[in-house]
Formats: sequence, structure tokens, C-alpha cells
Amino acid sequence: MAAKKLNIKDKYRLLTRDLDWEFSYQDRKDAFPFEEFEGIKITDWSKWEDPFRLTMDAYWKYQSEKEKKLYAIFDAFAQNNGQLNVSDPRYVNAIKLFLTAVTPLEYQAYQGYAHVGRQFGGIGARIASQMQAIDELRHVQTQIHAMSHYNKHFDGFQDWSHMHDRVWYLSVPKSFFEDARSAGPFEFLLAISFSFEYVLTNLLFVPFMSGAAHNGDMATVTFGFSAQSDEARHMTLGLEIIKFLLEQHEDNLPIVQKWIDKWFWRGTRLLSIVGMMMDYMLPNKVMSWKEAWEMYFEEAGGALFKDLARYGIRMPKYSEVIEKEKEHVSHQAWWIFYNFGHAAGFHTWIPSDEELDWLSEKYPDTFDKYYRPRWELAKKMEAEGKRFYSAGLPQLCQVCQVPMTFTEMDKDPGQISYREAMHQGERYHMCSDGCHDIFCDEPEKYAQAWLPVHQILQGNCGGPELEKVLSEYYRMNVGADNMDFKGSPDEQRWNQWKGMA
Amino acid sequence: MPVIALNKDYKGEVRDAKANFGGNILVYIGWDEHLLFCSAKTFLLPLTMRFGELQDTPLNEGFNQHPDFKHIDWASVQWILNGKPLSPSREHTLEQLGFDHKSLLRFRTPGLNGYKGTGV
Repeated sequence: MAAKKLNIKDKYRLLTRDLDWEFSYQDRKDAFPFEEFEGIKITDWSKWEDPFRLTMDAYWKYQSEKEKKLYAIFDAFAQNNGQLNVSDPRYVNAIKLFLTAVTPLEYQAYQGYAHVGRQFGGIGARIASQMQAIDELRHVQTQIHAMSHYNKHFDGFQDWSHMHDRVWYLSVPKSFFEDARSAGPFEFLLAISFSFEYVLTNLLFVPFMSGAAHNGDMATVTFGFSAQSDEARHMTLGLEIIKFLLEQHEDNLPIVQKWIDKWFWRGTRLLSIVGMMMDYMLPNKVMSWKEAWEMYFEEAGGALFKDLARYGIRMPKYSEVIEKEKEHVSHQAWWIFYNFGHAAGFHTWIPSDEELDWLSEKYPDTFDKYYRPRWELAKKMEAEGKRFYSAGLPQLCQVCQVPMTFTEMDKDPGQISYREAMHQGERYHMCSDGCHDIFCDEPEKYAQAWLPVHQILQGNCGGPELEKVLSEYYRMNVGADNMDFKGSPDEQRWNQWKGMA
Repeated sequence: MPVIALNKDYKGEVRDAKANFGGNILVYIGWDEHLLFCSAKTFLLPLTMRFGELQDTPLNEGFNQHPDFKHIDWASVQWILNGKPLSPSREHTLEQLGFDHKSLLRFRTPGLNGYKGTGV
């Protein structure tokens, strides 16, 4: 006799509920050792509402259809020499940064969700995390495939996974995810599912992917929108976890609020890289970072926090600083890379006169006052044959690991913001009140930070000479992958292809 | 406050402890109102270094790319060490002046306020 075919509802129940079992001879607490140490109180896991209402067979079907379309576009892009259709070869440097800084984060997200997918006592939360882990692994793969085509034609794509573990500026995204992954399971979900996915990935995947479209990069657009359709599901997980925690026990509120404060601050620091990609690295620009921030953080995020107010949640701490920083961070971040363009794995450049005017128009209150003079001096130095590469090594923030470049938003945006804390007789430096608070809350954690500059000076990165650090420890092709775009092999090849050599 | 961790009494390794720098200390130096340099810079220095030598070598090499640098009147420079004013002589050693590991030395050059007075 043929087995009775299950309807979708039964399949879903079997997947999300009947995979759990009672522990008859082991203490359930021993099976889920990570569930309590953060102080989160769960009184009833059965109250968990599954945000991923998908059965496995429906999931495979949707994703395989998406994959087929995605790979058809990748093939067409490769066969039609899609690299020749980008707006300007400078654009490809944004993709180099994406491949080295963002794609490994997808892999870290996969590892993080696979881990927490084991750690919750509630089967619904375990299944949701496992399914997201599969999504994240797929994102890594499609991003690598989309960008691999550029590796045939441009410098800087050769060793991205090695670079992610070692290169100074990649410590910023790497440490962000390692901080989340080395926290407890609830903090991980709050950090990544809620703070990062719910509000901040919109800023990465929506306006940046529109930027890819504007610059003729159809492969990136395709993976971006394919990933974003998964992100919509991931955001519902983010929202579910926070509502679930707040409804379970009132004692969870202060812990959750502290995590929101921490992870929104860390997120804004991480996204300063995306800000500079939008304002400086897209030759055809879609919207300014400030406009994107207003649309996706202030409007969308503001509405979310209004919803959460009934649980007692307030806006992230230092929101008023974050609001002011939207005028500054993209310019400050690109200036770091212009300063250290000899130690980056991609090219940097002075914006064209038209781009400077666009920035003045988009940032009327700040650009001409604080940032245009930097480019005027840089242009003057370049004209004198002294393209400015900053000598020596920068001071880094102990928490976000960005060079200490951010300025005082309240008192004087022309003054670098220095914060300091002592812990067990050692001095530590942070870039802001936000990072300072994060350090002071868990100094034992951040005192362990692997700060690239300090590691170089300890001799742990292939010796004291910068060229050896770059070529042997980072595995960059010095002189091809780095330095100014002007005069680079990338530029020369492009000019040959376009008959401009 | 102890770290909240799964293992009781968890302790991490302090990677930047003074002992890891071979007898030297890290010193950060930043030049206010000169944002051509995107941040303060990190130097590895011996505590026995005299202040005059710090000025002549690491500080010079770190900051002489700025067109203001050659116009600095060193007698009028204002020094700030870890948030407090400092009045160094060239003969003092870093140790005598109160430098310790990961000290931040800032300097201000009144009248020299960056490219065309813009703080850059």
C-alpha cells in the first residue's frame, strides 16, 4: 500500500516540531549549555512563532529556480565579456572590496547560524537558524561565482579568503562577526538577525545593488537581488527573535536593549565602508550615503523602533550622534583609504571635479567646509609629483578596529574624537563614546583584540618592512593591486580594450 | 566587571601588553588641525629615547609630508600627553616625561592650522 501523502501543513509541523524529542535520561540543560549563561530567560519555547514558514521541499524548489536564473545570467555575463560594459574601471574596485570584505562575512554568518542552530532548546528557533545557515552558504557561493569573472581581467581578486584573515582593514568586518560569533546564541541573533539584517543590510543590498545596475554590472545586481529575497525572510527572523525575547520575561529587556545599543553602534562603524563605496567608488552614483541612511535607517528603522516602544525598547544609544555622522563617515572612510592606498588591496583615487561638485550638492552643510579642502591639497600634492600616501601606521580603535579617524560630532567635526579607558593597568583607545561603552562593558573581550598595526609592530606579520607585510603576509601583488588607479595596470588594460591606449 | 562567559573565570590573552613589544612601548602621535593625516600614528619607541630625538626622527618622518611642517616654530608648540599639557625639554627621556605604554601625544601648532587654515 502506498504511503499516505502528507499535506503541506503536516509536513511543516513534522519539520518544525516533531524533530524535537524529550530527554529521558539526560538533563535538558546539559543538552543546551549555551542557553542560559547570557541571563536570558525563556519560560515557554512553544510561544515561538516560526518566521520561516517553508517546508524543505518548497525551500529547495524556490532556491533551485533562483539559482538557475542566476547562473544563466552569470554565463551570459561571462560569454558577452560583461566586464567591458561597466561604466568605468574604477567601479571594479568596489567589487574587489565587496569580495574581500563582505563575501567572507556571508561565510561567517553561515558558521554562526549553523552553531546557534544547535544551541536553542526550542526546535522552531533551531530550524530557523539552520535554514538561514543554508541561505548564507549559498550567498557565499553565488557571490564568489559572480565576481570570479572579474578575476580574469583585473588585479586584486587572487587571494581574497587569505586576505580576509590578515589584511589590516579587513579586520574591521572580520572582528565584527567574530565578536558576534563568540557571544552567546541570543546575542548572536540579536546582533546579526536583528541589528545587522533587519536594518543595516538594506543599506548594503538595495542602494548598492542599484549602484551596480547603474554601472553596468549585471552579475552583481543579480546576486544582490537574489540574496535580498532571502534577506526579507532573515529580517522576519530578526523581528521574531526580539519580540519573542521581550515577551518571554521582563528581565530580558535591559539585556536586549544593551545588545541593541552595542550592535547598532558597531554596525554604523562597519557600514562606513559601504558609505564610501556608494559616495566614492561608484562612478555613476545612485543616491548619496546620507540619502540612503535617511531612507533605510531613519525612516524604516525609526518606524521599527516606534513599534518596539510598547515593549520598553528605545532608539539605540547615541542615535543622535549616528544622525550627525551620516554627513561625515563616507568622506572620512575614503580618506583613510586614500591615505593608505599603498597598503590597500584595491586602487584609490581623487574624485573628479564633477564628483566633487556632486558631493558638495549632496552634502551642502559639510562637504565644502570639511572635505573639499582635503582633495584640493591632495590634488596640489599630486600635481607636484608627490601623490600623498601617509607614512607609517595609523592608530586603531580597540573595538571597531577602524583607524582613529572619526571626529567630534557635537563639538567640532574637524577634531578627531579620542576616548581612552584603563583596564588592569593597560591603556586602551577608542574612536567614540559608542566604542568606549562597548569596551568598558566587556573589557576582557576587547583586550584580546588582534589589532593589525600592533601585530605588525610585534613582528607577527612577516617582519617590520611594509612591502614584506603586503607581499608575503597579505599576498598582495605590490604595485599592481594597490596604489593609485591612475597609472595602474587595470587602467592600462582598460585603455587598450577601449582603444584609448 | 567579569566577562559573561560559558566557562567560569574565563580570561583572554591581552595581545597588546607591554611585555609583547620587546622592551619598547607604543606611542601614538597626532597633529591637531592637520587632517591630511587621517588619524594619529603609531610608533614603537624605547622609554630611554630623549624627547629631542623623538622630534627629530619618528615625529619628523611621520608628519613632514605636510606643507606646514617646515614652518613649525617648535618653541610655540603645545604638547598634550594623555590629555594633560606637557612641557618637555629635548633632553628629557620619554620615561622622565611620564610616557607609558600606548600613550597618546598630541601636538598643536598655533598659527599653523592646516592647508589654507582649513584644519586639513
